[in-house]
Amino acid sequence: MITKRCLAGGVLLVILAVLAPPGAPPVSADDGGSTEPPKVELVLDVSGSMRARDIDGNSRMAAAQQALNEVVDALPAETQLGIRVLGSQYRFPGSPKTVGCRDTRQLAPVGPMNKVEAKTAIATLRPTGWTPIGLALRAAARDLGTGETTRRIVLITDGEDTCSPPDPCDVARELAAQGTHLVVDTLGLTLDDKVRRQLTCIADATGGTYTAVQHQQELTGRLNQLVQRAGATYKQTPRQVAGAAQCANAPVLTPGVYTDRERFSEHRWYRVQVAPGQELRASISIALDRQLNPDHGVLLRAVSPGGQELVRGTDAGSGRTDVLSTGLRWPDQRPETDASPAPDGESAAKPVCLVVSNSFSAPAHVRTAPGMPLELTVDLVPSSDAPGGPDLGRGWLLLVVLTGTGLGAGLVIGWLARWRAAGREN
Amino acid sequence: MRAAPLAALPAAFLLSAGPAAADAPSPTIGTAGTSFLTATTVEPDRPVRVSASTGDHLYWSFAAAAGQTGRITVTVALPPPTNRHGAATYTADIFDGLRRRQACTAGPQNATANTGATSVKLRCTLRQVRAWAEPWSDDPLPGTYYLRLSASDLPEQDLGLPIRVDVRITTKDGAAQPAGAKLEAPLSPAVNPGATLAPDAAPPASPSAVSSAPKPADRVKGWFSWPSSRWWWTLGGGVLAAVAAVAGYSLTRRPHHWL
Repeated sequence: MITKRCLAGGVLLVILAVLAPPGAPPVSADDGGSTEPPKVELVLDVSGSMRARDIDGNSRMAAAQQALNEVVDALPAETQLGIRVLGSQYRFPGSPKTVGCRDTRQLAPVGPMNKVEAKTAIATLRPTGWTPIGLALRAAARDLGTGETTRRIVLITDGEDTCSPPDPCDVARELAAQGTHLVVDTLGLTLDDKVRRQLTCIADATGGTYTAVQHQQELTGRLNQLVQRAGATYKQTPRQVAGAAQCANAPVLTPGVYTDRERFSEHRWYRVQVAPGQELRASISIALDRQLNPDHGVLLRAVSPGGQELVRGTDAGSGRTDVLSTGLRWPDQRPETDASPAPDGESAAKPVCLVVSNSFSAPAHVRTAPGMPLELTVDLVPSSDAPGGPDLGRGWLLLVVLTGTGLGAGLVIGWLARWRAAGREN
Repeated sequence: MRAAPLAALPAAFLLSAGPAAADAPSPTIGTAGTSFLTATTVEPDRPVRVSASTGDHLYWSFAAAAGQTGRITVTVALPPPTNRHGAATYTADIFDGLRRRQACTAGPQNATANTGATSVKLRCTLRQVRAWAEPWSDDPLPGTYYLRLSASDLPEQDLGLPIRVDVRITTKDGAAQPAGAKLEAPLSPAVNPGATLAPDAAPPASPSAVSSAPKPADRVKGWFSWPSSRWWWTLGGGVLAAVAAVAGYSLTRRPHHWL
């Protein structure tokens, strides 16, 4: 009997262990059905200023070459890495601006990397020319192509753009607004004020990061971290959607994540079909991708098609932050009628409108177009009933009441028994 | 035979808790996300150590079940004082699965480091997670929680300098309020790309998203929720009532009839 029980327990344990999902599965483990590999392009500045010897006694160029070599060595198998250089062909100063400002070429195409060839190409680089950052960013975006997943550009430079227009920050914002899920991380090899402002502007416009590098170790570590991050997070990409100006013609959304753009004081509408017994959950984030006035807020409202407000979520802030976000829940409390769903496939679901608005403002010189990145998540889940009172009691008062009731009942029954006995005696 | 499945349940729960439960010194997590969608999932009690740059907004997510109280400790090792130009304020913001801001009942969730400081320490104790709440409220519910660490105020010249961040997330269990209530689905948002529908199309048969942010593991409980102290109170009350009833009855049966 004992062995049988142990056996049954063991088998059950194995089955449960196989069936039970891990306590908190990592998000990246999801197989979203996408088979695209992560794509990253490193954009390296090879302009004349990279000669400066201020990174641990080595030239900026040598430091960058060493870091690139180490990244190529440590490249995760599935990541497709491309390398593009700018300012590698025409001398600065010395060559005309018209040619120097078109000077960008691909050192290694985005794809499975031939490590030996890539390292040989890296070794031949010498600090040379102009700094056409905007042009190189555009070209890098083209190299990475379009697709469902997030692509990353890592820009390594030591100087501000010597070729604007186009202003590299405007180029970055324009690339981000094209909806190709592009993130630009920037690495500055100098602490210069102008370079820092330009690179933070590029990073903020695309949701990337900025790092100022002063040591070899920092450069290598950060570059590796960015490439690894690209591999770990590239699948979390929202779907592009365009909200409407009113509810009637708003796009109908299903559960998932969406991205859109919203200008200052603009209202954008979306619709979700909610069936009786379902709960609508929605959240939004608006990214602060440009210079803004310090106080700001976002508002998300669920509105019935008739215009009646159902519920709202709001958040406000002041000062430096990356996104402002809020969310809401709304249950459809109509009873789940047995007569529904009608035979012709007509469902009982009714549309609920979601409207996103904001109270951002910016100094006069800041451009308002394209709008700020808006991320929207929608989920539909079974709604939860309000709990009834608990079935059991707790506390000293409960004990007093129960004891008192028992005592009273005992006395009453005792008296009744006595009264009956007395009646029989008479 | 009934003992077998009962014994197997907690064992399976332990197994499914993953590497955190298996290895005694749990390995350090070395990554952080840069947005809600890319937040790194952290199991409570696993240490996190990440190198980053000042000005980065770093995101982590963790799951909390009903009755738990989350506690978060963040230590930021600052860049060398010689490279800095002024005081910097760091803030830890906590959001629930719907990206709604969650209050800290004990802090400080933001702190200012003066020019000479080498590190800054932030703390946040969340409200106890409720088993159920009105949909119109923003009470903490079972599901995903997001931690965002950002430099909310710093001199512009100090952007991009190296920092090191240590994060520790712990949870304390407790009795979930209100008793007997249940949330049908945890507040763990969808993370898959969405799809738009034609305006008159029927919604898909399985409405819930395929993939979502981390969900809390159900806390293993018996059929009668024995941990609930209400059972002990109620049973105790019943016994006292029975004793009192017998006592009351016997009082009326005494020979001298003083009642």
